[in-house]
Amino acid sequence: MIGSFHITPSYYLVLGAALFSIGAVGLLVRRNVIVMFMSIELMLNAVNLTFVAFAKALNDAAGQVLVFFTLVVAAAEVAVGLGIIVAIFRRRRAATADDLRVLEG
Amino acid sequence: MTVVLFFLFGGLTLAGALGVVLARNPVHSALFLVLTLVSVAVLFLLQDAQLVAAVQIIVYAGAIVVLFLFVIMLLGVDRPDTFEEPLRFQRPVALSIGAIVLAEVLFLAGHRWATGARTARGVGVTGGAFGSNIQRVAHVLFTTFLWPFEITAVLLVIAVVGSVVLARRSGERPEPIDEPAP
Repeated sequence: MIGSFHITPSYYLVLGAALFSIGAVGLLVRRNVIVMFMSIELMLNAVNLTFVAFAKALNDAAGQVLVFFTLVVAAAEVAVGLGIIVAIFRRRRAATADDLRVLEG
Repeated sequence: MTVVLFFLFGGLTLAGALGVVLARNPVHSALFLVLTLVSVAVLFLLQDAQLVAAVQIIVYAGAIVVLFLFVIMLLGVDRPDTFEEPLRFQRPVALSIGAIVLAEVLFLAGHRWATGARTARGVGVTGGAFGSNIQRVAHVLFTTFLWPFEITAVLLVIAVVGSVVLARRSGERPEPIDEPAP
């Protein structure tokens, strides 16, 4: 029974889709900018999971290489984004998205 | 064994993701994020991606989450978040958009063209003349993807310079560093 049951790549794709949706909803619902950033990380992880699932399904290591580029972009994004949050917090003393209505310096 | 591990860590991944979104305290969100990242690393291991799994733990759980926690502690925003809605109907609209996204991605994942065709050339994940996972990834990274790899170096330099510019207090001169007496 359990021996004949195989995990196909579709399972990973469905898991990645669910993870991506949770991240998207978190990005839309939460007000805290730091938690919104974490939701973006969830979405990036869902994409990474999909990349690795396709690399395994298509037997092509390029999918795993692309995960590295995603990681680099995520690291750069977090560094700059958290820098922006610190800069905003220094002026406004608040870190919710509602406080960022105007684009003055 | 693989089936049990997939469902165990797949469930942990989703539970951690829900915890990130639902936790009121940002510190709890960060810790749930660690749970999700480690579970995803285990799922990478299940799919013959050992190097990616290790890098996932080192970079994500080791660097990015620590950076998150550092900023949370630095800013002192670890007080609970209010869940009041400043915009009317924001939450129902967000949930329906999330449901639409989920339906779309599931719809695409079920299609045959989304699963692609098997590549005849290139470096495979398993089999072939290449050895370990690191050798395979390195071979692809430094031949096919050499130019994107160089561009990521530029991107990282830009990110470092941008972070330094953002973190610098504007309008203040940097304090001179006292030279130690010889």
